[in-house]
Amino acid sequence: MTSQTAKADDTPMIEMRGLNKWYGDFHVLRDIDLTVQRGERIVICGPSGSGKSTLIRCINHLEEHQQGEIVVGGIPMTQDVKRIEQIRHHVGMVFQHFNLFPHLSVLENCSLAPIWVQKKPRREAEELAMKYLERVRIAEQAHKFPGQLSGGQQQRVAIARSLCMHPEVMLFDEPTSALDPEMIKEVLDVMVELAEEGMTMLCVTHEMGFAKTVADRVIFMDQGQIIEENAPEPFFNDPQSERTQLFLSQILGH
Amino acid sequence: MSKLTLNTTPVDARPAPKRSIGAIAWLRANLFQGPINSVLSLLAIWALIAGLTPLIQWAIIDADWIGTSREACSSGGACWVFISARFEQFIYGFYPSELRWRVDLTFVLFAVMIAWLALPRLPAKKLAAVLTLAVFPIVAFYLLHGGLFGMPTVPTHRWGGLMLTLVLAVVGIVAALPIGIVLALGRQSKMPIVKSISVVFIEFWRGVPLITVLFMASVMLPLFVPTEVDMDKLVRALIGITLFQSAYMAEVVRGGLQAIPKGQEEAAAALGMGYWKRMGLIVLPQALKMMIPGIVNTFIALFKDTSLVLIIGLFDLLAIVQAALADADWLGYSIEGYVFVAFVFWIFCFGMSRYSQYLERKLHTGH
Repeated sequence: MTSQTAKADDTPMIEMRGLNKWYGDFHVLRDIDLTVQRGERIVICGPSGSGKSTLIRCINHLEEHQQGEIVVGGIPMTQDVKRIEQIRHHVGMVFQHFNLFPHLSVLENCSLAPIWVQKKPRREAEELAMKYLERVRIAEQAHKFPGQLSGGQQQRVAIARSLCMHPEVMLFDEPTSALDPEMIKEVLDVMVELAEEGMTMLCVTHEMGFAKTVADRVIFMDQGQIIEENAPEPFFNDPQSERTQLFLSQILGH
Repeated sequence: MSKLTLNTTPVDARPAPKRSIGAIAWLRANLFQGPINSVLSLLAIWALIAGLTPLIQWAIIDADWIGTSREACSSGGACWVFISARFEQFIYGFYPSELRWRVDLTFVLFAVMIAWLALPRLPAKKLAAVLTLAVFPIVAFYLLHGGLFGMPTVPTHRWGGLMLTLVLAVVGIVAALPIGIVLALGRQSKMPIVKSISVVFIEFWRGVPLITVLFMASVMLPLFVPTEVDMDKLVRALIGITLFQSAYMAEVVRGGLQAIPKGQEEAAAALGMGYWKRMGLIVLPQALKMMIPGIVNTFIALFKDTSLVLIIGLFDLLAIVQAALADADWLGYSIEGYVFVAFVFWIFCFGMSRYSQYLERKLHTGH
């Protein structure tokens, strides 16, 4: 495991123990145990409806779990709003449909949270935003509105927006699923760079090339359970469970 | 077997073909395309001419404009002398004439504030907003009501006409919007008590006619407040109108809130924003933009509804014109009176409508 950038602090970034969640009567997450170390890159895959998005959305409490515990950066998750907001300060999230704020310019999208949540002066927040927009190679579009950008550009802005809060872990919820094929690479390139810089990442994705390149671990989920968990090389070459084999044959088969 | 197709000659972009323009071509394309369209067009033109000619004849060509009494109206058309003779009363009601400069000054100040807020070229919008919402109401109250710096007090029962209509409408609009927003947010709240209070409030006020609200405000409210508090009749009407309209506003706002994708609030939450920041910075700005047509529609309805205060004895523009119609000197000129009232209402409502259309275009950010 590459851990040249792992912090001195060796508490795990994320710990989930005995996590269960239901939507009404539907048992969507079943006895999930997962520990993510700082600096680890994890790819979560599985058929649709297997609970993978719900799992990562529990980490920043966009979804509420009913049983089990989650500890993020040493902070145990409770119902307390202040506690949840505190956790969210450390956790960045990138959504399938970008969810940029359409009424704000690209620059304002990125500087909004630093200004209003971290109380940074406007000038400083905008410099920070420009720094990250340059990093995702979109600084020249800073004064446009999201509606004027392509999907790939919007998703890169969304990544920059999250990075502006200096998160310790980034959650990616199918970041390339809503993109046209020719735009997937520009987003994946940014994600690979981020991984190489040592960011702790949890990615729900079907981009198996990305998983092979950057993941420390690949997790396969089906019907709300973690079925298989392994390093990418053995995961792809020698899947153990039948369901994993079936899934991989379906997505890699053509 | 399919054959290879290869095209390496680039095709330069060309301008779109010109469409035929000019008056004749336009007429042919839009009015006289085929026999049925031609007949319908001719019928419509005939109906317009047949309807508008007598109206213009009555209202402009045959009308009498100059004079001071009904003797000036002899030509058989509209008698606008009636309006001009009573004009001051229609604007100021029974406001003492030597103090009417105070009303004028309030109107001018209001127009300046609105222009400052509405015209994009003028700077310092935040200052303008603070002045309009915090300073102007106080200034306006003391100017209209008096009682400060030795200005004689003019009790509200002497207010009337267009001035009273504007006071009712502006106060109603300015107060109903924020209350409506709070109610709409309350109705969507996850807290059961907040939610039920909002729902009950909204459904109660939406379920009763404004006339009953005004009656209740004027007759019933005094029964509930201690007798020492002598609540002004105008204040009671204002409270009634505001609560009534805020319930409608709440439903308009709720429609807008529901139209914002859930992902917007989630993205804001994921950035660590609390409820009020999510609402104030992300959801409401987008929702309000979408709700502009609905909000302005409510404003226009409110503006026109203010004329219902005549049933509790307040003399708004409509009531004061009606009162003037009963004057023995001017019997028989009710058409002129009502046309004038309708025209004044139309000017204000049309203005609001146009401004809202302009605002929609301006706030459109291409999504």
